[in-house]
Amino acid sequence: MFEKWKADFTLNFIDNDRWMMLVRGLIATLEITAVALIIGVAIGIVVAAVRSTYDKNKDEMKRRGTMSYYVLWVLNLICRIYLTVIRGTPTVVQLLIAYFIIFASSTNSLGVAMFAFGLNSGAYVAEIIRGGIMSIDVGQFEAGSSLGFHYVQTMRYVVVPQVIKNVLPALFNEFIVLIKETSVAGYIGIEDLTKMGDLIRSRTFSAFMPLLAVAGIYLVLVMGLTALDDRLERRLRKNER
Amino acid sequence: MNDDKVMIRVEHLKKYYNDHTIHAIDDVSVEIDKGEVVCIIGPSGSGKSTLLRSLNLLEMPTAGHIFVDGVDITDPKIDINLHRQKMGMVFQHFNLFPNMTVLKNMTIAPEKVLKEAKQEVDARARALLERVNLADRADAYPDQLSGGQKQRIAIVRALMMQPEIMLFDEPTSALDPEMVGEVLDVMKDLAKEGMTMAVVTHEMGFAREVAERIVFMDAGKIVEIGSPEDIFENPKSERLQDFLAKVL
Ligand SMILES: Nc1ncnc2c1ncn2[C@@H]1O[C@H](COP(=O)(O)OP(=O)(O)O)[C@@H](O)[C@H]1O
Ligand SMILES: [Mg+2]
Repeated sequence: MFEKWKADFTLNFIDNDRWMMLVRGLIATLEITAVALIIGVAIGIVVAAVRSTYDKNKDEMKRRGTMSYYVLWVLNLICRIYLTVIRGTPTVVQLLIAYFIIFASSTNSLGVAMFAFGLNSGAYVAEIIRGGIMSIDVGQFEAGSSLGFHYVQTMRYVVVPQVIKNVLPALFNEFIVLIKETSVAGYIGIEDLTKMGDLIRSRTFSAFMPLLAVAGIYLVLVMGLTALDDRLERRLRKNER
Repeated sequence: MNDDKVMIRVEHLKKYYNDHTIHAIDDVSVEIDKGEVVCIIGPSGSGKSTLLRSLNLLEMPTAGHIFVDGVDITDPKIDINLHRQKMGMVFQHFNLFPNMTVLKNMTIAPEKVLKEAKQEVDARARALLERVNLADRADAYPDQLSGGQKQRIAIVRALMMQPEIMLFDEPTSALDPEMVGEVLDVMKDLAKEGMTMAVVTHEMGFAREVAERIVFMDAGKIVEIGSPEDIFENPKSERLQDFLAKVL
């Protein structure tokens, strides 16, 4: 029994230095996740800013009949279409469309994956941030206004600092979700962690060890990040006063 | 500035909600003189808050005009933020900024809006804290304060902008009874110094003692308006008599 396991282990990980495939896959997974997260947060902030600025100021801007009202109306519409499409279609399909249609001429599949996952994540981050803004008591906005702040100043000095604190845990969770989501990157030929595990399986004709190793690595990553998240949240709560 | 003695003139103000089905304010006209203290009383839902909040355009009037210092602030071309700088507001639930210390709560607007020098603003803030006996709480955060302390900070935060008018929307309604006095005392001092004040309140003792005039509202309209004696000793309308019978 033990001998058979040892042989299996050697075949899947030691022979031809196959463990290195898992390391390379892990690096690809982390690279895609990190860049996608940065893109996602950037998009999310912009989309959330447009959406909540529109919601909070549309009546006033309409009353004054300013041009900026129509600009914001169009931007808001674009954001809403973006959110609906991204959240209404599967991530894999978005990835395939990005690779085979939008960037059909590109050979940089890693870059395409970073873009596609970033665009996808942006929709979820936007809603997290917008939720964070909406959860701020309307009295905070009113107090800002009553002191003579214009909307941007109220956001900058009063609302955003509170929102950051409120949404950090949810953003961290989005990070964890994203790591797992990138496991479909193999669809466009990227050798990420999942794909590498599958490659080992197809070469050694032994599924058990490589696939469990892959699962184990994801699990350790996610558990590590969750532990970090717990500590972060506790720190934030402690800073409450 | 014009040297008219009227500070605020409200003309035929209307505020409707829900496709005009709710008449929160229904054709209200009233004037507040410079240095005058006006208390607004009336049953819950009668439109007191809506009227007060209209004065600094936290609510946009559906119709009518509001003149402050002779300027029609309902004109869409007016800079609302500039107007609001001259009008301090104190809310029922304080609305202090929880992410800032007491001192920062007080100094942020003068610094960022009026672009005053930090040193100057800090000194003014500390002097005001001294006046409301909270000098030792300058570096505390709002959730470390009692309700009465929070409201006193909210008042001096508004005063930091050196407003010409102070608006109060039930400033003591969220407080434990033992803390009401300390807040009312600050407001009385302010009144004595000649601040123009509009105060929505259920504190009839305060209204009787401090107000020059009292406005009684019901169902979105001003039903009666007069001196404390007129209102409390000689209520003319049945609605005011009923209201006083309940609250006194
Ligand atoms: N944002 C709003 N939307 C709809 N109805 C409102 C809104 N604000 C106030 N009202 C209604 O307007 C009326 C007057 O409210 P308010 O001015 O808050 O009364 P008060 O301060 O005297 O208790 C009430 O019937 C209230 O329900
Ligand atoms: Mg009210």
